[in-house]
Amino acid sequence: MLIKQLSIFLENKSGRLNEVSQILGSNGINMSAFSVADTSEFGILRLIVSDPERACKVLRDNQFSVSLTDVVCLNCPNEPGALAKALQILSDNKISIEYLYAYSMGDSANVVLKPDQLELCIKVLQEHQMELVKASELYKI
Amino acid sequence: MIWNEKIECASREEMEVIQSERLCDTVKRIYHNVPAYRKKMQEVGLTAYDIHGISDLHKLPFTIKTDLRDNYPFGLFTVPMSEIVRLHASSGTTGKPIVVGYTRKDIQMWAEVVSRSLTMAGVHRDDIVQIAYGYGLFTGGLGLHYGTENMGASVIPISGGNTHKQIQLMEDFGSSVLCCTPSYALNIAEVMKEMKVDIKNLKLRVGIFGAEPWSEAMRKDIEAKLGIKAIDIYGLSEIVGPGVSCECEHQCGMHVNEDHFLPEIINPETLEPMAPGEVGELVFTTITKEGIPLIRYRTRDLTRLIYDKCVCGRTLVRMEKCKGRSDDMLIIRGVNVFPSQVESVLLSMSEVEPHYLIIVDREGTLDKMSLMVEVQEQFFSDEIKKLEDLRVKIARKLDSVLGISVNVKLVEPKTIERTAGKAKRVIDNRKI
Repeated sequence: MLIKQLSIFLENKSGRLNEVSQILGSNGINMSAFSVADTSEFGILRLIVSDPERACKVLRDNQFSVSLTDVVCLNCPNEPGALAKALQILSDNKISIEYLYAYSMGDSANVVLKPDQLELCIKVLQEHQMELVKASELYKI
Repeated sequence: MIWNEKIECASREEMEVIQSERLCDTVKRIYHNVPAYRKKMQEVGLTAYDIHGISDLHKLPFTIKTDLRDNYPFGLFTVPMSEIVRLHASSGTTGKPIVVGYTRKDIQMWAEVVSRSLTMAGVHRDDIVQIAYGYGLFTGGLGLHYGTENMGASVIPISGGNTHKQIQLMEDFGSSVLCCTPSYALNIAEVMKEMKVDIKNLKLRVGIFGAEPWSEAMRKDIEAKLGIKAIDIYGLSEIVGPGVSCECEHQCGMHVNEDHFLPEIINPETLEPMAPGEVGELVFTTITKEGIPLIRYRTRDLTRLIYDKCVCGRTLVRMEKCKGRSDDMLIIRGVNVFPSQVESVLLSMSEVEPHYLIIVDREGTLDKMSLMVEVQEQFFSDEIKKLEDLRVKIARKLDSVLGISVNVKLVEPKTIERTAGKAKRVIDNRKI
């Protein structure tokens, strides 16, 4: 249930994001999801890709600071209150979320999240019959 | 081993006799041969016959960088060009370069002081010395080169740059000594890591580093990363080049070759000589040089002199690692800031690389100091919070050491320019 997410340190300079996508593209690596967190000075690009290990290597070869982080991906119905239900479970179990990003696809939505207690988060979500996306499935999207 | 025991272990009295004799001789030569010097001396009411020994040294006028520029290129040479066998020039960041001419005897003297320095550093005839200082107008490469040959060790005259090749030759030839700038040594260590070269497979054991200021912390860093003893060598082209002074294996100050270069410490504000042991500006008088002798040349380097006998047995006066230069000192909002202080803060933190760039701007009437620091790959976190914490931690530490607030910018690894020569550490955008 653990998803390998790529995190890349980027300075706030034009063209850097483009460079990342060029490198991944030319290496035949597909992006399933991504988000950018930014401050005035720098940003962190978080990516789910088809081949995280290889993506990590090609980016490092191109002098990027990259790390692989374990995250979970929750699949919930694309309807009012669905996310709230999941967040309530986490809140009841005193699990904090460092960050999350989400996208919807027709009837359902994927929510990538980085909780402070990863194992516990997976456990409680599964106990409540929440659907977690397998890494192998997410990488293919 | 001591290269020239008679001189290097002479008593203070013996040394002062040598120095006095040589000083008087030098003053006579410049007074009679260089109009610019004669004029300067006459202006303060001196003739060559008023100088009877080193106790009269303080009467002589100072020489500064501008004097060399004003007499560009050969105006301060004491001998005709037919006697000059080599020219070196400093790069000169502003205006014209500074030109130094050497007679055949000067070149021999230089080789002698560099041989002494190498021996101090623990280098011997069986060593293979990789000279990664630039060869050319810069004195680093050729200075070390002649001294190494003179003492009988093997020279690899590879010059600066081409880091992959440097490392390859180190592996193939079994270089045991590396000579370069300390920042280039760190650069080599970095590339070694990238190339996955294990230092255990290298024969490197001594590094002789100079030409730019570096801190004790940086020394430890280089020693750990390259598995060597890092020795500080000091010199400036105006005086001769590298070999003016050098540390011995005990790393407790650089032994000044004072039978050739007579050191003094002055107060850079009042220009008065300071008591032994006090920190001030280092001033040199060359007392054997023929091509371009310099009288009381202000180096702008801040240090102090230690006259105690060293554990190694040498009695040559020692100068401490320079604490900065009286002219690269930044004054930011009235606070004196030395780039070396910033460096030692960064080196005390494992999370960042010791590569940095200080940028000083003036917004309105307020000076602002920014610092660009590279984030170590292994410390990079995917959480903004942690990176912000790191930024704040660096800024706090700088504040406590420097006494001013610094705007810290985290930048991607390897984005600050690496150089094979002197590293550019400061960009001052203020128009004062």
